[in-house]
Amino acid sequence: MTSIASRKYRWRTPSVLPGFGLTFGFSLAWLSLIVLIPLSTLFLKSAGMGWHAFLEVGFSPRALAAYRLSFGTAAAAALVNAVFGLLVAWVLVRYRFPGKGVVGALVDLPFALPTAVAGIALTALYAPSGWVGQYLDPLGIKVAFTATGITVALVFIGLPFVVRSVEPVLADLGKDVEEASATLGANRFQTFFRVIFPAILPALFTGAAMAFARGVGEYGSVIFISGNMPGKTEIAPLLIVTQLEQYAYDGATAIAMVMMLISFAVLFALNALQSARRRRLGA
Amino acid sequence: MIRVENITKRFGDYAALHGIDLEIQPGEFIALLGPSGSGKTTLLRIIAGLEFQDEGHVYFDGEDVSDIPVGKRNVGFVFQQYALFKHMTVADNVAFGLNVRKARHRPSKAEIKARAEDLLRIVQLEGLGARYPGQLSGGQRQRVALARALAIEPSLLLLDEPFGALDAKVRKDLRRWLRDLHKQMGLTSIFVTHDQEEALELADRVVVMDHGRIDQIGTPEEVYMKPATAFVSHFVGETNRFPDGRHVRPHDLDIVSEGGEAIAVDNVFRKGAVWRVEGRLAGNDTIVELDLSSDRQPPAIGETVFIAARRSLTFAS
Repeated sequence: MTSIASRKYRWRTPSVLPGFGLTFGFSLAWLSLIVLIPLSTLFLKSAGMGWHAFLEVGFSPRALAAYRLSFGTAAAAALVNAVFGLLVAWVLVRYRFPGKGVVGALVDLPFALPTAVAGIALTALYAPSGWVGQYLDPLGIKVAFTATGITVALVFIGLPFVVRSVEPVLADLGKDVEEASATLGANRFQTFFRVIFPAILPALFTGAAMAFARGVGEYGSVIFISGNMPGKTEIAPLLIVTQLEQYAYDGATAIAMVMMLISFAVLFALNALQSARRRRLGA
Repeated sequence: MIRVENITKRFGDYAALHGIDLEIQPGEFIALLGPSGSGKTTLLRIIAGLEFQDEGHVYFDGEDVSDIPVGKRNVGFVFQQYALFKHMTVADNVAFGLNVRKARHRPSKAEIKARAEDLLRIVQLEGLGARYPGQLSGGQRQRVALARALAIEPSLLLLDEPFGALDAKVRKDLRRWLRDLHKQMGLTSIFVTHDQEEALELADRVVVMDHGRIDQIGTPEEVYMKPATAFVSHFVGETNRFPDGRHVRPHDLDIVSEGGEAIAVDNVFRKGAVWRVEGRLAGNDTIVELDLSSDRQPPAIGETVFIAARRSLTFAS
């Protein structure tokens, strides 16, 4: 008979790192205060409205269109950022050039700038009469007041996430790994796609996921450039605000709830993918 | 045959190599030995094609490869920190050099797999092909790096401080194993080291470098017994430098009953098979180390004894 003690579930394994109880307790309390409690009130509020009403408002055609637009443009922007953010990070890490410090600071600017300012500036640029828009308009390309415009705003907002996640990993990647690839006869493309890219992929992934998450929730910059036509260029966060302005608290809550669940599912899946990869590499 | 002719390399104002000449016969195992900053690694990297010389030429079998890039020189290079591809399995790491070949030179998938397995067997890592480098020990990683370098069937194997990152016991085992492997395969190999013991144990010939120049090229026996310069005498093995300019190895000194020079004994301890006696020359505090056969009675600490050299060397300064 095995002893009961040895089969007892162990809450944690003994460790020389002190303070697990204390730090874990604090993290939980902090997370609850900052994230969990506000979100659970959202949950409670929507639970109070009943299934039928919840489904009706949360999945109305207008709401569905808004989700599609929000998640679609955020995903598109994250993809664009993955490509160009990687390029910016590459240039910042691998080359020395005059004005490098300025470029580095520029990358962070979208973090600091009030998003409304970014939205207005982008709208002014891309409107049919704007600096850029006046050349695109004759070509039949409409940016402002379309989903493309929303994507442009989200690309702007999300850029720093990708650059700042990829940068340290790229800088850390040993020169010897590339040299090893070269001694083995790989050309530059093979070295990039088989050696460098897979090594920075997790960081790129993380950066793109953060840019995506930020894009889904973005409000300030988008409302100026989107045109806000219900069912066409109305993003989900705006729909929530619209509901609130009409004192339709239940509707706002239901839409917020659906958004939150989708976002959580996506981010959870991305995280799970990442940690599975880490486990596989034995790192 | 590898021939290096009048290689000079500068990094900015700093001259890393001054007019290096070197010839290496097929199948030789060569050590580039020197302290850090001696230019040994730079020379190795120039031979590989990872660095380019400012002047001079490198010839492989009579062909000037000075302008041929590293990927076309067909050299295997083993890096000090292994430089394994962490996101690939061990087998994929080993097969990398074959997988990146142009389709018409690339063996079939099955052949590549078989080759990788063969190489893993040679480096005694059979059955570990599916693991990732992160799951291996340091010594195992180093052997993966070696298998990866051997996979392209290089005409020359270059190793940069191959045992530098390993602990003493693993280093010793791996050293013996590498020597056997070299004998088996007969591949011309050059390795860089700052460890004279390693150089003397492994190499057919040792190239002792200092400040970007070659001080001496010779067999381990020659380098140890007939050092060409004061630097070689001091760097390869231990040497006492007497105030009059003589260089004497600790095992060439003996304690004599009379005559010789007086030293005050500071310390006596067992150094493996011999007694190591440390003392200072009377009058000028030059530190002297000598080895005394184990069957002799060692002097006491604090005692003054007389020493005489059986053999000594002097060098023109």
